Amino acid sequence: MAIVELRFSALPEHVRTARLVAAAVARRAGVDEAVLDEVRLAVGEACSRAVGLHMSHDLDTPVRVALIEEEKKFSIEVGDAAPTASASAHNSSGSAAPAAKSDEDEAEGEMGLAVISGLVDDVEVTADDKGGLIRMSWPVIPEPVLP
Amino acid sequence: MDLSLSTRTVGDRTIVEVGGEIDVYTAPKLREQLVELVNDGSYHLVVDMEGVDFLDSTGLGVLVGGLKRVRAHEGSLRLVCNQERILKIFRITGLTKVFPIHSSVDEAVAATD
Repeated sequence: MAIVELRFSALPEHVRTARLVAAAVARRAGVDEAVLDEVRLAVGEACSRAVGLHMSHDLDTPVRVALIEEEKKFSIEVGDAAPTASASAHNSSGSAAPAAKSDEDEAEGEMGLAVISGLVDDVEVTADDKGGLIRMSWPVIPEPVLP
Repeated sequence: MDLSLSTRTVGDRTIVEVGGEIDVYTAPKLREQLVELVNDGSYHLVVDMEGVDFLDSTGLGVLVGGLKRVRAHEGSLRLVCNQERILKIFRITGLTKVFPIHSSVDEAVAATD
């Protein structure tokens, strides 16, 4: 298993960098060329969502991206440090997330998740009070065995 | 690649030619452009996306916002797009039912419905 990790300040201008790095590593890992556009879009959506969450919660911690090359699959994990809606819903203190997040931001985040779900067959979204994690995987084409 | 925007008018339609990448960083520029056009009284917009290399949900959100604004003035927002990878995003979000999508600017300008 080989891994590339990326951490970036939650700024919109860095999302493109994450997309480019993810696509480059995915290509090297053997993800089908025809699927690279989907990888680029999916990781962009996940990072945009994470950036939005960090900004709306006023967090200065970086967004985390792990690009994991395994024998038969390539996985991307995008982690945020925001107490997400699903996690804060379980927070009975009533002082959960700040109300800075507008409905429009919320809708964009949800649209991002909808795009990811539509694009990626193998996707898992989890959240706890420390933050959220989106894990996406794609199959890799095995290298041909040389004679 | 950054976002490029240019506008021109054809009859009562305003063509917004978009190039480059529409993402979380650049989408606010497109939003500003659409808001400005509507504020200036342009209610029939054709967004030409043939030069767009990348579009994400933030861009979709901006287009939906533009559509809401022109509809408030009984206007229209039509898209021009032939790129499969961009069209796919409209399909998986169900937005092909929301936006009229044309294969050329001429076709979009001529459309009435």
